[in-house]
Amino acid sequence: MNRHLISAADLSRDDALLVLDTAEELAQIAGRSIKKLPTLRGRTVVNLFFEDSTRTRISFEAAAKRLSADVINFSAKGSSVSKGESLKDTALTLEAMGADGVVIRHGASGAPHRLAGWVQGSVVNAGDGTHEHPTQALLDAFTMRKRLGDLEGRKVTIVGDVLHSRVARSNVLLLNTLGADVTLVAPPTLLPVAIDTWPCSVSYDLDGVLSKSDVIMMLRVQQERMNAAYFPTVREYSRRYGLDAERMAQLPEHAIVMHPGPMNRGVEIAAEVADSVRSTIVEQVANGVSARMAVLYLLLGGSESAIGKEVSQ
Amino acid sequence: MNAASRPERPVAARVADGDPRSKAVLEGPDIRRALTRIAHEILERTKGGHDVLLLGIQTRGVTLAERLAGALREVEGRPVPWGSLDVTMYRDDLRMRPARALGRTELPAEGVDDKIVVLVDDVLFSGRTVRAALDSLNDLGRPRAVQLAVLVDRGHRELPIRADYVGKNLPTSMRETVKVLLDENDGRDAVLLGPVPSDPAGGAE
Repeated sequence: MNRHLISAADLSRDDALLVLDTAEELAQIAGRSIKKLPTLRGRTVVNLFFEDSTRTRISFEAAAKRLSADVINFSAKGSSVSKGESLKDTALTLEAMGADGVVIRHGASGAPHRLAGWVQGSVVNAGDGTHEHPTQALLDAFTMRKRLGDLEGRKVTIVGDVLHSRVARSNVLLLNTLGADVTLVAPPTLLPVAIDTWPCSVSYDLDGVLSKSDVIMMLRVQQERMNAAYFPTVREYSRRYGLDAERMAQLPEHAIVMHPGPMNRGVEIAAEVADSVRSTIVEQVANGVSARMAVLYLLLGGSESAIGKEVSQ
Repeated sequence: MNAASRPERPVAARVADGDPRSKAVLEGPDIRRALTRIAHEILERTKGGHDVLLLGIQTRGVTLAERLAGALREVEGRPVPWGSLDVTMYRDDLRMRPARALGRTELPAEGVDDKIVVLVDDVLFSGRTVRAALDSLNDLGRPRAVQLAVLVDRGHRELPIRADYVGKNLPTSMRETVKVLLDENDGRDAVLLGPVPSDPAGGAE
């Protein structure tokens, strides 16, 4: 049976470290004149994007192409989905085309899990609703490890719209697996109901945790998912939970500033912070290709997957 | 030296080492002499070893490349660059086994262009690893020439590949395994010739 990467919790500590080590080796390819490996020759990877995305789709496409896989891009706009085709029928179409790997982004939480029950190939979750985005968590962990070394005992603070963030959930799960201490900082209205079951601590006061953070990760305020008033004004949010130069100055010397992108400059992060030397935002994009190459290689490269979890029908 | 005095040994080595039916065909001093001879041959063949770059194939080839670099420096009195090559992504049997962890590929900053690359490996058997190494070199640059040095040539080639420098030619049958142990990796220097273990996954290269 095939294995999939749907949640960051699908990865054991050994699996996660294997992905990060593999990504580190594969990152070398980016510096070569021939950025290509023959490893996935003859394998087909389908990018199935039901939601808008620039960096994730391009990143997966680059990763698959550098491993010599055939890539088929599918976006909901301009496809039969706009004629009302269901996810299952789309999946069966892919199945008939013989996809070895399916990378899916979908607006509904759980869509990749359903898909995994319908197709033969390995499914990689590239973001489903407000649920998870495991490859983002992997590339974030990879970036932290490159800058700070081993993550065991490191203090990571994730700030902002946790309620709508799949990045936050995947990061909390993966970082916990890797032994880091995660603190979520957000206004109470932007925290999910079951937050007490997550393996992390919670604070409402950003200034109180700054000086103890090795990593500070700012989340985007997801206006497009907000159908109610979660905070009075953008300005007030920005004043209490935004990262400006003054707050950045309170961070320890070695601390780094991360953001999964796309940014709302001036809302959750000030432009001068985003462009500072502590910011890893551009690095995260480059690391995304390496992390996704590692995931695709370990899922599709051998006779059976080396990572991930099986899904029963 | 006995096995009990060496903790922290890789499992595979302990099995091969501990198997009473396997016998050592080369011991530490033999390996040292073979490497010294290969070093001299490299200098002779490349007219002084200018532009030579030693590239060890993971994992024991890397150790041998480092030792050869040391021997070359001793003879010629100047450092010879060396590096490591992981050929996992280029192997032709990738799809016959689960995806494997990758080893390190590390080249000196000047790269492989216009160098005389000497690939270094422990055992030359089917030749498939060397083919993978040649393919990966192709993606790394354009060496002036590529040569091959191995500690043991055990025969049974499946591809038209031969070594330029051989530590020892060891006629073997397909029912035997050849295992190279090196101090840096396994805690002792030896080349062991033994029967194929009952576990089919444990075969040597």
